[in-house]
Amino acid sequence: MKKYLALVLALVMTLSLFVACTSSEEEGDDSTEAGTADGTTAAAETDEAKSDGVMTYAEYAAASTETEVVVETYIQAKQAWYESDGVGMATFYTQDYDGAYFIYNMPCTEDEYEQLAIGTKIKVTGYKSEWSGEYEITDATFEIEDGTYVAEATDLTSVFGDDNLVDYQNIFFSVTGLTVEAIGQDDDGNDVAFYYSYDGSGSEGDDLYFNVSLNGTTYTFTVESYLCDSSTDVYNAVEALNVGDVIDVEGFLYWYEGVNPHITSVSTSES
Amino acid sequence: MKIRIFARASALILAAAAVILSVSGCHGTSGLSEFSLPDEFDTTKEYTITFWAKNDTNKAQTEIYEQAIEDFEAIYPNITVNLRLYTDYSKIYNDVITNISTGTTPNVCITYPDHIATYVTGENIVVPLDELMTDEKYGLGGSEVLFDSPTVDEIVSEFLAEGVINGTQYALPFMRSTEACYVNKTYVEALGFELPDVLTWDFIWEVCAAAMEKNDDGTYVVNGQTIMIPFIYKSTDNMMITMLKQLGADYSTDEGEILIFNETTESILYEIAEHTANGEFSTFKISGYPANFLNAGQCIFAVDSTAGATWMGTDAPLLDISEDKLVEFETVVMTVPQYDTENTSMISQGPSICIFNKEDSGEVMASWLFAQYLLTNDVQIAYSETEGYIPVTTKAQTSDEYLDYLSRAGEDNDTYYYVKIAASQLLYDNIENTFVTSVFNGSTSLRSAAGQLIENVTKSVRRGETVDAEYMKTLFSDVTSLYRLDQNLAGESITDGEEDLGELPTEAVILLSVIAAAWVFIAIYFIVSTVKMRK
Repeated sequence: MKKYLALVLALVMTLSLFVACTSSEEEGDDSTEAGTADGTTAAAETDEAKSDGVMTYAEYAAASTETEVVVETYIQAKQAWYESDGVGMATFYTQDYDGAYFIYNMPCTEDEYEQLAIGTKIKVTGYKSEWSGEYEITDATFEIEDGTYVAEATDLTSVFGDDNLVDYQNIFFSVTGLTVEAIGQDDDGNDVAFYYSYDGSGSEGDDLYFNVSLNGTTYTFTVESYLCDSSTDVYNAVEALNVGDVIDVEGFLYWYEGVNPHITSVSTSES
Repeated sequence: MKIRIFARASALILAAAAVILSVSGCHGTSGLSEFSLPDEFDTTKEYTITFWAKNDTNKAQTEIYEQAIEDFEAIYPNITVNLRLYTDYSKIYNDVITNISTGTTPNVCITYPDHIATYVTGENIVVPLDELMTDEKYGLGGSEVLFDSPTVDEIVSEFLAEGVINGTQYALPFMRSTEACYVNKTYVEALGFELPDVLTWDFIWEVCAAAMEKNDDGTYVVNGQTIMIPFIYKSTDNMMITMLKQLGADYSTDEGEILIFNETTESILYEIAEHTANGEFSTFKISGYPANFLNAGQCIFAVDSTAGATWMGTDAPLLDISEDKLVEFETVVMTVPQYDTENTSMISQGPSICIFNKEDSGEVMASWLFAQYLLTNDVQIAYSETEGYIPVTTKAQTSDEYLDYLSRAGEDNDTYYYVKIAASQLLYDNIENTFVTSVFNGSTSLRSAAGQLIENVTKSVRRGETVDAEYMKTLFSDVTSLYRLDQNLAGESITDGEEDLGELPTEAVILLSVIAAAWVFIAIYFIVSTVKMRK
């Protein structure tokens, strides 16, 4: 009798361990995914034809705000997923072969969010909106379609400073030969190369802000902490910047009251 | 022998597993006993407490928190305070809810009474403050408190009352603000109007209509630009709540009965729809920060918290737009628009402090002393000067230092920025005209729903949808459903309100079944053995 009991108990323990291990293996990685830092193109689909009723990028760009838009686009980066009042919401940087679409707070379950890998083609129906200069698609719905495209970074080094920079809004881009400028001073009056939060009021884990200059103009770039959290290479690279460093960057050409790129990669300049 | 040991060990593990399962199964209860005020606070014992604070993305506020901690630790060297900063109340709320379930709440937390109403649905999670506040030795102004803390009577009674939930004081006020209307007086006068003593909704809509006049080239006459949204409201939650209050309309009962879906609400929404259709009105969520539009000369009436005053006006010390977009104008700080100028009404808001319960009553006492320290003049005056806040104690409000600060409005565009001090003065002069809404489990959702009504109507009008009776019916139904207002949340506990997690996973079912079977087996073995022994 005791032997049988021991066997049953042993079985319980084994099953317990099995279940525990299985559960932990199945838990997803909740770290934020950003677009490919090296700009590689994964199985780019060459068929750019849009489905019936779907706008081209040019038609989307020409559409008025607060009008319904339907686009086919490819996910380039996933900024965040969160639940609000029981409804999952996700924000994506997306792009087709002609331009970029920022999709803000689109209802999306957590499972769907996990399923939407970088490069996935989606058809999005929503409203074109403008918030502080940023054009985005809001109140959207989506469906997954066949097709994959991961954009290479578009070199905008020669475009920064031009009036037509806004035409590239939200695109995955690169700029080379930027000089890191002081964004402010610490308590001892020493120049600092970056701030946690826009004025230094934050702490590690918050958005990073840093200033760079190109051709005599200074820009503020941001490492958006939902897109690239403090465990990412780009976050750590910006924390290691020094005033005067010359760097190359990649990121998404986000807009907030002017150009305010969300950076996904920083490296020492090779230009 | 080995088998026997194995069997006993397994039984112990199974018992432990059962305990863990049972504990994790009721993860919303703290498992803590009710806080009991100790006779003495042991200043020789080391305590480390965590303080979750909120700043308005304002470096000066961060520095004040850090200085307060440094000064407090110098007075109580046995207490270490670890600061965690947030810039968003809802993030604090979400993190607290998460940490209640894991038993890892902070010790002291900046929060809203609405949020505390949810926290206190869990048993012994938040420390009641009534006894602590009045304790002769360690209470407010107590004999054993090692710093100059205010007495209960020195806290503004209206503000203190906001922290009473179900008859118990669960929160202390930390700072108070209200909403203000930041007005581009230059444009109002350019349009041929003179600002009244008290802003009314009618006056605002009248000016807004005039501001819509365009030149032949499509630019607006008043600013010569292609963009003009004369009236932008930052918090549409507050907008709806304030309009209902001013009209004497229903919102909710103290017990949590939802009354917002009424005819007055509908008429307010029609009023907003009409002016949105004319391009006169928008919201922060739809268009952006009111301050940015105001400072760019693209907005005439910007309603935002007095705690956002440092962003308002041509000479604002904090700016989010580039210098080339900044427009020169005179900024006037006024009360939010009113329906009845004889009975002005504005919302009272601002951070409060709560303390979370812990096993060690000494740790709670350390938390209480720190919370109390945040009400000292040093902290109150310094923090209130960072924005359009006012201190919550009369001790600070009537101090020479604070009165001197108020008297120096306009001396510079930093510490004495005139818009910021005017915002503080506005609240200071209207404390008796402020109101708060009832606090209950679910009041946070109701607040969100109030704002959602305005956001939806505004968006729909901008998108050319028809806003009529049928629309309102659907809107009320959708918002009720979205915020679960058809469920009586007031009676639920913090665990009851969690979403349905669905059926258990197969692995869990197998595990629980096997555990149950093992216990049955053990019981049979025990019974059989006992019977045999008796024989």
